[in-house]
Amino acid sequence: MKKKAIGQSGWLWTALASVVAFIYFFPVLFIILTAFRSRSDTLATPPKWIFSPTFENFYHIFFRSMANSTEYVATGFHVYFFNSIYISGMSVLLALLIGTLAAYGFSRHPLRGNDTYLFIILTTRMLPPIIVIVPIFLIFRITGLAGTYTGIILMYTAFNLPFSIWMMKSFFDELNTEIEDASRMDGASERSVFFGVCIPQVKAGLAATSVFALILTWNEFLFSLLLTNKLTRTMPPAMARTIGGEINVDYGLLAAMICLFIIPIFLITYLLQNQLLRGVTFGTIKK
Amino acid sequence: MKRSSGFLAWFMDPKRRGPMLIAPAIIVLLLVNIIPLMWSFGLSFFKYRANTLKLPNFSWFYSYEKVLTKDNIWESLQTTAIIVAGSVGMQMILGFLLALLFASQFPLRKILLMFVLAPMMLSNVAVAIYFKLFYEPEFGLLSQFVQSFITGEMYVLLSTPAGALIGVIFADAWQWTPFVMLLVLAGLVSVPKHLYEAAEIDRMSWWRKFTTITFPYVRSLLLLAVLFRTIETVKIFDLVFILTNGGPGTATETIGVLVYRTAFQFFRTSNSAAMGYILLFAVIVLTSLYLYVIKQRESEEI
Repeated sequence: MKKKAIGQSGWLWTALASVVAFIYFFPVLFIILTAFRSRSDTLATPPKWIFSPTFENFYHIFFRSMANSTEYVATGFHVYFFNSIYISGMSVLLALLIGTLAAYGFSRHPLRGNDTYLFIILTTRMLPPIIVIVPIFLIFRITGLAGTYTGIILMYTAFNLPFSIWMMKSFFDELNTEIEDASRMDGASERSVFFGVCIPQVKAGLAATSVFALILTWNEFLFSLLLTNKLTRTMPPAMARTIGGEINVDYGLLAAMICLFIIPIFLITYLLQNQLLRGVTFGTIKK
Repeated sequence: MKRSSGFLAWFMDPKRRGPMLIAPAIIVLLLVNIIPLMWSFGLSFFKYRANTLKLPNFSWFYSYEKVLTKDNIWESLQTTAIIVAGSVGMQMILGFLLALLFASQFPLRKILLMFVLAPMMLSNVAVAIYFKLFYEPEFGLLSQFVQSFITGEMYVLLSTPAGALIGVIFADAWQWTPFVMLLVLAGLVSVPKHLYEAAEIDRMSWWRKFTTITFPYVRSLLLLAVLFRTIETVKIFDLVFILTNGGPGTATETIGVLVYRTAFQFFRTSNSAAMGYILLFAVIVLTSLYLYVIKQRESEEI
């Protein structure tokens, strides 16, 4: 028998959700349509909803014509694309690994002054990044980390840690410790209690945390702008450079970039959705 | 567990399990966050401008005094507070409603959910540039909508202080509501199903099920969402900078924009550091209050 989640609703619910989703998605839809519009259609008033789609904006991301020639030159955008995937992926994995361990520590083996540690960890996220960027920039220059993958991955790992720790701790806190104690009684080692009992119960939390961390890292602009070089630059600063000033924004080109930019994150979120929505079947109440 | 000797035993000692689990995180944060933080904190006590060759000059609280008396920091703190309250409030309400909508099983749920999550995946810069276009009086969707259905005239949202604030709040809330929704949803799906089955047997009303089962499970995540969205929104910069550039006048000049201007347009490096720490102080006080209240209420319940 199929179990009810909260309520098993039918197509009527789908219709309602579709309307809501469409309204919510509308600005994004506009951006996607703009990516396929030709230059002359981009700013038409009223907006053209029906038009013949072109791929010229996508082509121009990778190949641009030089100032006064008709020759097209590669822009190197694929390198930035790869960098974004590599740097975001590595730093999110690291933050999740270190963060989950720490969260488990904070939740199950509290130290003296546990809350103070947690609070200090949180305060590192409170300062405007503009303030800390100057010393970080200097430290990275001295240690030779500036412009390297290691440097920016380290930076983003630290950037994601506070959130990962707090998120995972709140999930660990919700678990029932009786199951853990029972498996300890049965002779399970600490390691298998952690991996075998706790981790499966916080899968939804891991999925949610990694999606958020990934999205924040993927979109991060300032650190990447200042701490990477031509070879390690990620997409957000590369996009900003291509677009140039704010005055004459090439909306079509920007829209095409946004489309490319959103695809990897969209796919990963879609794949993690199962974990996110399945929920915990054997979790029991704590209190 | 088998007892090994010496160094390894010291590490594996159950007494040190807590510290050992936390150590990697603390080391990374110390290296990349806390040391630079101390450095710039030190800098805020010097008179220093990043665009000159003059060496920093120790000046005690000069920068703080200057910032608190001369610059319009109070006004921008107020603006920031309005934006935070408006935007985070909107995110909470809409996010909770959306999560309730998507918590039940229905056909096409997975695909529809992706559409709702999409705004969060856009970069801030992209959202800002496109919302500027949407609000634009001549080509903008908003203006065209108002023109053709309501007044018949062009509509300029960003020209009045209130309008500009609403514009910023709306764009920010639109982008980050999915974040709240996802957190709440993660909480909703982790509610054990047998509780609902038991409630079904007891013929509980919808409202009672919500207040006694659903809400307690989601509450801690909702509070976490408030905390994180508040911290992030206080720092709001890219969106405001591109959308309104702090204007009209200084109506939307948030603390993030003010710090940026002080640091990179007027090159008052130490003043901007001082501002950052005043902001940090304010946020720390507010956060501790918030966490304290939550703790109090939790201990009351138990």
